[in-house]
Amino acid sequence: MSELTASATHAPRLRVPSRARSALADSATMAGRCLRMARRNLDVALTSLALPVMLMLLFVYLFGGAIQTGTRYVTYVVPGVLLLCAGFGASMTAVSVTTDMTGGIIDRFRSMDVAGASVLAGHVAASVVRNLASTVLVFGVAFLIGFRPSAGPLDWLAAAGVLLLFILAISWLAAAVGLLARSPEAAGGFSFLVMFLPYPSSAFVPIDTMPTWIHGFAANQPVTPVIETLRGLLLGLPVGTSPVRAVAWCLGILVASVAVSGVLFRLRTA
Amino acid sequence: MQEALAIEATGLEKSYGTLRVLDGVDLEVPRGSVLALLGPNGAGKTTTVRILATLARADAGRARVAGFDVVADRRQVRRHISLTGQYAAVDELQTGEENLRMMGRLAGLPGPAARRRAAELLARFDLTEAGPRPVKTWSGGMRRRLDLAAGLVGDPAVLFLDEPTTGLDLRSRQAVWQVVTGLAGSGVTVFLTTQYLEEADQLADRIVVLDGGRVVADGTPAELKEQVAGQRLDLELADAAAFDQVARRLDGRVVRSDPGRLTIGVATDGSAAQVRALLDEVDPARRAVDRFAVQRATLDDVFLALTGHPADRPDHEHEKEPAGV
Ligand SMILES: Nc1ncnc2c1ncn2[C@@H]1O[C@H](COP(=O)(O)OP(=O)(O)O)[C@@H](O)[C@H]1O
Ligand SMILES: [Mg+2]
Repeated sequence: MSELTASATHAPRLRVPSRARSALADSATMAGRCLRMARRNLDVALTSLALPVMLMLLFVYLFGGAIQTGTRYVTYVVPGVLLLCAGFGASMTAVSVTTDMTGGIIDRFRSMDVAGASVLAGHVAASVVRNLASTVLVFGVAFLIGFRPSAGPLDWLAAAGVLLLFILAISWLAAAVGLLARSPEAAGGFSFLVMFLPYPSSAFVPIDTMPTWIHGFAANQPVTPVIETLRGLLLGLPVGTSPVRAVAWCLGILVASVAVSGVLFRLRTA
Repeated sequence: MQEALAIEATGLEKSYGTLRVLDGVDLEVPRGSVLALLGPNGAGKTTTVRILATLARADAGRARVAGFDVVADRRQVRRHISLTGQYAAVDELQTGEENLRMMGRLAGLPGPAARRRAAELLARFDLTEAGPRPVKTWSGGMRRRLDLAAGLVGDPAVLFLDEPTTGLDLRSRQAVWQVVTGLAGSGVTVFLTTQYLEEADQLADRIVVLDGGRVVADGTPAELKEQVAGQRLDLELADAAAFDQVARRLDGRVVRSDPGRLTIGVATDGSAAQVRALLDEVDPARRAVDRFAVQRATLDDVFLALTGHPADRPDHEHEKEPAGV
């Protein structure tokens, strides 16, 4: 421990930068932090990348032969794998939000005047970036094993937009779950929900092959319109009202999650 | 911050449900001094720190920190303070250097300045070598030092340290003490909480003793010792019956008692007259007391005299821990 005298200089009244500007800069700093930590958490990083790819290979090579979808199965299944992947990536966000909230670091951030919104936005931004990376990976592997979409540039753009919106919505939902959970282990339970939800949808098998009692749920749950939209856009099929329903679901989840997160953050730090 | 007081609180009250955690706490901390808030577990130390550091709101009372009101001028307060909490507030998955750089960015430093500040603090805390390694590979003492370093990134005028040495081994504890002493010399105001009387005695200019959400004493370490008469008369009793008899007679005045060794300590001013009177009072038959000794009172005695119960030392064993970090 060398000399400790350097820090006696304080401005009498520090200029408080505008709320919006520092919130934006803080969010970027927080996102960088989350990404660094995710990268260093190797087992988690590997699982989040390897799992979707494994699942896709599993579906395509083990089950694909038995499933009649009217197209090559890999082409049918890619949107489902993308959503599974997004759900898994988002559930890591729930765990890291809970870890922050239950540890000592949130008090330090708050005492440094970092807004709760910036902390959460950082987590969500990192989640989106991680998910985009695994999305690219899934597409890459899919192409290698015979995925041949017939989408034009506009279709690609629209599909990317819908996927991004879904990832954003589910990441904010994960942040809300992370605020609600009392322990990181409990927050991990979120992955069950989001990993399970794509199964009773048209993600992996056509809905009409499922038992009739589940049709109502499968056709109307949020994952189905997103899947239908992505699949339709990528394969150049008619999409009907799916995009409208997909966007409505995602915006609804997004707005509700952001609002609930705001309230929960205030409650949790009262 | 032109005022003489860095921290000024009056009538702080806080309840959680029906549990009254703070019951009218008043505090005054002059600029550039070190104040130790001393109290057992559950006394309300963390709650006080959180209110002063703008993280929690008092139900009643007012507080100004660094010249600003903790409620009305919350953002200004936050720009002038730093809080190093009871639980480590560094990211295990980031390196020490990354942790400090991040704190620098959050404190508003531009990238290159944050980098310089991080290097400077790592050097100052003897962590340069470990700096590029993830914190999860570090020892507890090193993490605590990093935690303290992180609190200094923004050049705070008022530093809150909540139990900075709880759970540390002797060597790390001394390292923390050295940091605090150095900071005090540089004009920073330090508000620290502790359960260790010895620590408060070593570091603080003033000690405030908190018990059950109330300030039970306030003064310099010397004044506090004075307050309980400054000296202690230790009586060594002949047998268990004598011990019981004397303990009964002294009752509330006992500051120290050890039934195993048959000794009882009682506050005194050390004068011959008072010692004689005390001996006559507790042992009129002159058979119960074998020997006696007059000692200087320690802060332990002060604590017992003020609160009616001994200071609680949950990890007393840390003093015996090997120093290896
Ligand atoms: N958020 C909270 N909700 C309920 N009780 C609390 C909360 N924070 C502290 N307490 C209670 O208040 C009392 C004082 O706590 P604290 O200020 O942490 O004491 P100390 O730091 O001196 O150990 C304890 O009994 C503790 O259980
Ligand atoms: Mg505490």
